[in-house]
Amino acid sequence: MGARRRVLPGFGLSLGYTVFYLGMLVLLPILACFAKASTLSFHEMADAAWTDRARAAYLLTFGTSLIAALVNVVLGLMIAWVLVRYRFPGKRFVDAMIDLPLALPTSVGGLVYASLYVKNGWLGRYLVPAGINVAYTRLGIVLVLVFVGLPFVVRTVQPVLEDVDPEVEEAAASLGATRLQAFRTVLLPALLPALITGFALAFARSIGEYGSVVFISGNMPYKTEIAPILVVARLEEFAYAEATAIAVVLLVASFALLVAINLLERWSRRHER
Amino acid sequence: MSAERVRASGARQDPAWLRRTLIAATLLVVGVLIVLPVVSVFVEAFRNGAGAYWQHLFADPDTRDAILLTLTVVPIALALNVVFGVAAAWAIARFRFRGRTLLTALIDLPFAVSPVVAGLMFVLLFGLQGYFGGFLQRDGYAVMPYLTSALVVVVLGASYAFLRPSSPKLRRGLWAWPRTTVLGGGVILFAGSVLAQRALGIWPSGATLKIIFATPGLVLATAFVTAPFVARELIPVMEAVGPDEELAAVSLGASGLQMFWHVTLPNVKWGLVYGVILCGARAMGEFGAVYVVSGHIAGQTDTMPLRIEKLFQEYDAPGAFAVASLLTLVAIATLLVKSRLARELPQGGHR
Repeated sequence: MGARRRVLPGFGLSLGYTVFYLGMLVLLPILACFAKASTLSFHEMADAAWTDRARAAYLLTFGTSLIAALVNVVLGLMIAWVLVRYRFPGKRFVDAMIDLPLALPTSVGGLVYASLYVKNGWLGRYLVPAGINVAYTRLGIVLVLVFVGLPFVVRTVQPVLEDVDPEVEEAAASLGATRLQAFRTVLLPALLPALITGFALAFARSIGEYGSVVFISGNMPYKTEIAPILVVARLEEFAYAEATAIAVVLLVASFALLVAINLLERWSRRHER
Repeated sequence: MSAERVRASGARQDPAWLRRTLIAATLLVVGVLIVLPVVSVFVEAFRNGAGAYWQHLFADPDTRDAILLTLTVVPIALALNVVFGVAAAWAIARFRFRGRTLLTALIDLPFAVSPVVAGLMFVLLFGLQGYFGGFLQRDGYAVMPYLTSALVVVVLGASYAFLRPSSPKLRRGLWAWPRTTVLGGGVILFAGSVLAQRALGIWPSGATLKIIFATPGLVLATAFVTAPFVARELIPVMEAVGPDEELAAVSLGASGLQMFWHVTLPNVKWGLVYGVILCGARAMGEFGAVYVVSGHIAGQTDTMPLRIEKLFQEYDAPGAFAVASLLTLVAIATLLVKSRLARELPQGGHR
């Protein structure tokens, strides 16, 4: 491997710089975070990261992220289906708009959602009298997380759906399957890896989300305070050790998800063959 | 024959009622979740007319400073990540080496870190209580001779490598020297530059170098969060193009710079443009990481997204929406460029 002479120039330079940059900008800070956490004893760590308030925050973070990711799986599958299978006026516009949550700053998303759903907002003026409170509730958190995560499911399902061989559906139909049966037994298994990957991507993104949630949640401890907001609250009290302890919990959770996503992608690539 | 074809296409055709329902539902979901918010940004921003809009943006000194700060921080972070992205893509797409898969995964690492946690990490490193905090407070500028000298040596070293003729026969002058001599020259240059700067006393001694609650911290946090974008867009494009043309250029005697400029860059141009635009859009909108390291000093460390939050907290909705409308325009421009570039990029070269 290394013995063969490399013909193209710049291997040492580009690899060296890549490793150096990643090391300084990414790995060093992550190490600092774990180093800081390791100065705490187990009890201090537990006291900081496992208080009632922190547990409520984790539960809320993972709960809302889970619900939002599940909603995104349903909505994402539907939108991908419509975009791939149907023709309708404005299709290209809808297709382009799907990416907006990726490009729009999260603070803008949070600001707009908060103002749309308050009592005198465009949607809030109809929803609030009907008893549906979105702003400053958990429902609001789920809603912005759905907004933030939507592109991930659509964009992972869409290419797979495009590549589905038409013959499998035709075969199913010719064997007497109804449309629903064909979808359940033939299409859904083919789409499953993409759906799971999209779910995991949306879920991972939601767990760390801060900018959009902070506007709409109201940030009430125990009620609408997600874990990243708790980290900021601890930091603003200059309680660095406590903030780090909670951050490490979040970090470990998101690294586990990253590994899971990588395994999933490898599994689904094998699944395609 | 024709009956069979009708049945075959019928197998993929959903009934009309289902089609209509699903299209209507999609339009409703996209309309309520995405289109309506965008429209409302501009309606709210222009609620009191164009004059008031202009006033909100440019008459408020804090907002003006926030725009200027964003326009300072974003290009620096972007430049750092473009250089990194090109280097990473070159190493990963053109060479096979041990740890290549790991390196590819490491590039994605910042995506897995909550922005708030990313900001916290930099506070732990450079904040007052942080690992380097005491030193930065006491005599922070002492690192500057090393930083500047390292930068000079790296830039010179990269130029040397880029200009080096690929054919040994063409190597003359500096390029004919043995590698160890060149390396030694670099070390001597670095040491000499450090010593000269210290002897001349260019940098103040015993002065505090602020990173957290100052612009360098904002740049670091933004660069961390947006680090993967350029590399991620560039790697698949570079892999799709393949090394053949570059190998041809090198075997014809092109130097690294000539090969990069005349072959590599034109081939991956659109991938690079897309990566830069995506990275720039995200850098402009970065909120969580920047929120933690900024310290919220109005007029000094408030970027545009932070300014939006502050105006929102102060119940100045028109002001917040005016700033938000600028960022929304950037996002829409990003989408337009993306749908344009979708045709230019090779299949599978983008997500």
